[in-house]
Amino acid sequence: MIVSVASGKGGTGKTTVTASLAAVWDGPLVAVDLDVEEPNLHLFLHPCLEGSEMGHLEVPVVDNSRCTFCGACSELCQFKAISVMGKLVLTFPEMCHGCGGCIALCPEKALSPGMRELGEICWGRAGQVEFLMGRLRIGEAMSPPLIRQVKAKLNEMIAASTHDSIIDAPPGVSCPAVNAVLESDVILLVTEPTPFGFYDFQLAWEAFSPLGKPMGAVINRAGIGNDDIYRFCRDKGLPILAEIPYDRAIAEAYARGRVIAEVSPELKETFVALRDKICDWAERCRPREVAHA
Amino acid sequence: MREIVIISGKGGTGKTSLTGAFAHLAANKVICDLDVDVPDLHLLLRPTRERTEEFHSGYEAQIDGARCNSCGVCASLCRFGAIREGEQGFLVDPIRCEGCKVCVAFCPVEAVRFELKHCGQWYVSSTRFGPLVHAQLIPGAENSGRLVMVLKQQARELAKANGLDLVVCDGAPGIGCPVISSLSGTDLAVAVTEPTPSGRHDLERVAELCRHFQVAFAVIINKHDLNLDEVARIETFCRERSYQVLARLPHDPIVTQAMIQGLVVTELPETEFSRELRQTWARIEDLLNGIK
Repeated sequence: MIVSVASGKGGTGKTTVTASLAAVWDGPLVAVDLDVEEPNLHLFLHPCLEGSEMGHLEVPVVDNSRCTFCGACSELCQFKAISVMGKLVLTFPEMCHGCGGCIALCPEKALSPGMRELGEICWGRAGQVEFLMGRLRIGEAMSPPLIRQVKAKLNEMIAASTHDSIIDAPPGVSCPAVNAVLESDVILLVTEPTPFGFYDFQLAWEAFSPLGKPMGAVINRAGIGNDDIYRFCRDKGLPILAEIPYDRAIAEAYARGRVIAEVSPELKETFVALRDKICDWAERCRPREVAHA
Repeated sequence: MREIVIISGKGGTGKTSLTGAFAHLAANKVICDLDVDVPDLHLLLRPTRERTEEFHSGYEAQIDGARCNSCGVCASLCRFGAIREGEQGFLVDPIRCEGCKVCVAFCPVEAVRFELKHCGQWYVSSTRFGPLVHAQLIPGAENSGRLVMVLKQQARELAKANGLDLVVCDGAPGIGCPVISSLSGTDLAVAVTEPTPSGRHDLERVAELCRHFQVAFAVIINKHDLNLDEVARIETFCRERSYQVLARLPHDPIVTQAMIQGLVVTELPETEFSRELRQTWARIEDLLNGIK
């Protein structure tokens, strides 16, 4: 089972929930940080890193001796990443999306694959939990290709042994966030009951609903704001799977790098209950033929 | 004309609440919400829309089933896994489609249409603090640096046309495409951070991003009383890099109270938080005046 922890609004507690679920999970687990722009999960799980590799995007390299300056490549490119000016071919690797079209199309085979570094993929272990993260290179604009490569690595890890995984997704509701949750079995939306939290929660609901995955809410800082989010969840039939109270002591513990599930027996119970609900619920939502197999 | 962008790296540090207050305190400005993915500034400013424009960006492939001969060339060339063969033949998954046109170019029977994508809307609005330029992407769409550029351009033109000399922008979290676009041509980036491991880690990355693009950078430490040790670490980092720390603001529920009323904190009866915020804005103005 893959559980994604997403949010819409940033700073609602995705990493807190991911780290806490990892701390109480039963059985083998990979905890994955797909917030590659600002990965934070490692700051709470403190993994021992065991390996890393560069994430790359394939970009074209021009062999000027073969190029006839026909311009087919620049005509195809939708991202203004290659351009032919008279007897000069210019590439703009930072604009390239790595579609490989120009390389496949070039009639003279004058383009070959080169590499743009996207960032780093690291893995390791935090106690019983396996750990995986992506970290975008500073100055790199495109996070989705790195997110896809981290997910490919996750698939390798899951294939090697049967694991559940929990994904700490990027904030927002656009391509990086949608890319991160695409293959998950369950999506948790972490929010806070404030006007900003509520507005962004509705956007998240709109963005993720078309994926047709079971979705539930985790309300963090419960008690801080108003009831709008509760009404919305009731109207949409969205289950509220857990509530974490608004409490300065929790904020201070988080500020000191503590995993919230380890702060008090009550909070641990909250996350154990959340874990059990997710597992029961994923079981119920599973396609029938699989459940009967 | 001057332009300032409020960013943070980490989400939820208080960017938008502070930007709203700065929009209140600043004179002669255009306000601009560059978080086009999950914009929140309008919840504080309650704008009246005066102009609405559709935003189209990029293209999306669609396979015409009647023409498709099921050769599968498109699926084999697609780097984004966006084309799958189902019971109805080959189909493009719009969520995965990158709009690269490779399938269109290689289809031997011209069965792939290539349609302009409607990604959202942008608006010019009036608010009690002055004009606001803002947008809303369709949830799930590509988060577009291009839309950020459109908004910045509009805000600058609006300022020029109205004789205003400042653009105050609310940025997005992260360090990727929309944030990079929001930094382009800006005079000053102010990062709002919090004294938590994530806050400091993300501040360091966003500072590095601003250094990479040579944008002047200053820091506000919000919720500073949550962890004074972490405040000291952030301040050491700032001192080493010569970044001005503009303010230490307390963790104060007044921010949420203002939000619930659709107001900015400086509109509520004065507290330590809002007093400090007024001084912060004065420091930002000094900093902007000092930038050549």
